Amino acid sequence: MKIHYGTALAAVALVAVHILMRLTQGFAESLEYDSVIANYKFIPYAGMLEIILILLSIHGFNGLRVILLELKQGKTYEKAVSYGCVAAMIALIVYGSRTIIMVNTGMT
Amino acid sequence: MAQTSSLAEENSSTPLSSQQSIILRIARYNPEHDSAKKFMEFNIPYEKWTTVLEAILEVKKHLDHSVAVRYSCRQATCGSCGMIINGKPRLACFTKISELNSNIITVEPMNNFPIIRDLAVKFERLFDTHHKVKPYIIRDDTEITTSTKEFLQSPEELEKYIQFSNCIKCGLCNSACPTMATDSSFVGPQALAQAYRYVADSRDKGKDDRLKIIDDSHGIWRCHFAGSCSQVCPKGVDPAMGIQLLRGYMLGFRS
Amino acid sequence: MTNQDEHKEGIGGMINPRRYGIERVAYLLMRLSGLGLLAYFIAHIYETSSILKGQVGWNEFLELTQTNAGHAILAIVIGMCVFHTVNGIRVMLGHGGVGVGKPARPDYPYYPASQNIRHKMGIYSAIILAAIAMMYGLAVMFGE
Repeated sequence: MKIHYGTALAAVALVAVHILMRLTQGFAESLEYDSVIANYKFIPYAGMLEIILILLSIHGFNGLRVILLELKQGKTYEKAVSYGCVAAMIALIVYGSRTIIMVNTGMT
Repeated sequence: MAQTSSLAEENSSTPLSSQQSIILRIARYNPEHDSAKKFMEFNIPYEKWTTVLEAILEVKKHLDHSVAVRYSCRQATCGSCGMIINGKPRLACFTKISELNSNIITVEPMNNFPIIRDLAVKFERLFDTHHKVKPYIIRDDTEITTSTKEFLQSPEELEKYIQFSNCIKCGLCNSACPTMATDSSFVGPQALAQAYRYVADSRDKGKDDRLKIIDDSHGIWRCHFAGSCSQVCPKGVDPAMGIQLLRGYMLGFRS
Repeated sequence: MTNQDEHKEGIGGMINPRRYGIERVAYLLMRLSGLGLLAYFIAHIYETSSILKGQVGWNEFLELTQTNAGHAILAIVIGMCVFHTVNGIRVMLGHGGVGVGKPARPDYPYYPASQNIRHKMGIYSAIILAAIAMMYGLAVMFGE
């Protein structure tokens, strides 16, 4: 649960920055291809996106794990839910990191 | 199957003054031969002070002797008559018909407790979870060995836990809890509140033992502060407060 | 033991927000917004990966999301995000024992101190702030 609280608090601040970027740049302009590429190439911003990805994946899938564990009990089911959520967490982090790294290094 | 029945004629020295009556719907279910719950309806006159328990006992006395209901003290002390009344867990002896503001009163057995018959439910799970948190003073010495022949406690120390000692083990909190609705392994608000009662007691030295017991994936961490337990508690125990204060120890907010 | 034997309310009991006050409503909204945000997060990670297909791929993704329906969904996501955040902070403080009141001798009518005005105001604030954020988001998206 401490992980759940910690990731939540850390993510709040960083997601706020991510959203503010869209608003300060102008919403439509911030979504243009060149603008997005520039964001990814700016290492601190790309780093922030990576951290958000990790924090929210952990927070989100841990929350899902909690809900699923409350719905049904049993050793096999609980193990399957826990490992499944961790696997989904890792898969999402890997997939998102792939995007960030490839764009940042110009591999589009 | 529903039947609407009225009171049989009876010679009584106290004539009923009230013309008001309600329909009392009682859930009937015998797990030995019924596949599902069914409701039976009874027309019951009431006064402004009539409790739901009194209405149920009127049914037993005049209309259907076979209604199974558990009750004892009739004064919200024993915790026996917990049931779902118009959708909410309440004590039948502590709930007046007039305060429900409805012409139809539906009574059902408490949720999250296996049904014995009709309105009577099994309490084994509540007893087991309560027992699990070691609901007694834990310390190495005894009162006999101290010079004072008792463990002294100031009024301020008493105030810290006396609220939680009011628990009458009625089970209404366990019935209202959204986690108990789906989680068979959850300890439950009653047990967690009692764990806090002993942790907060200055005479107790078993805090670490109890925190270890509840520091479990189906222990205190399955409480999400929905607060329904406190909403239904008839004795002001406020289990939600006890659980969050207890969690404060585990999160480092309290030492 | 089966559901029937234990007489558990089941998922209907978990998702029924009636009967127990605004705190139970907040519990349900927290779960729903959490699941909604998780679904959006997964979709967001997938859809933003279309930048790897170059300008063409990215523009295809924008055609899909920069529509009225896309903006409406995003507005709902904004509302869920703000509610989940603000209520989450309230719940975190509550979990630490902050604002849940002090133990005292209970007296009739036994109003629970933990279900106090501070936490109720926290919940209502979360709902109001979510609504304001949604309206702001709609103004930004549809204003351009």
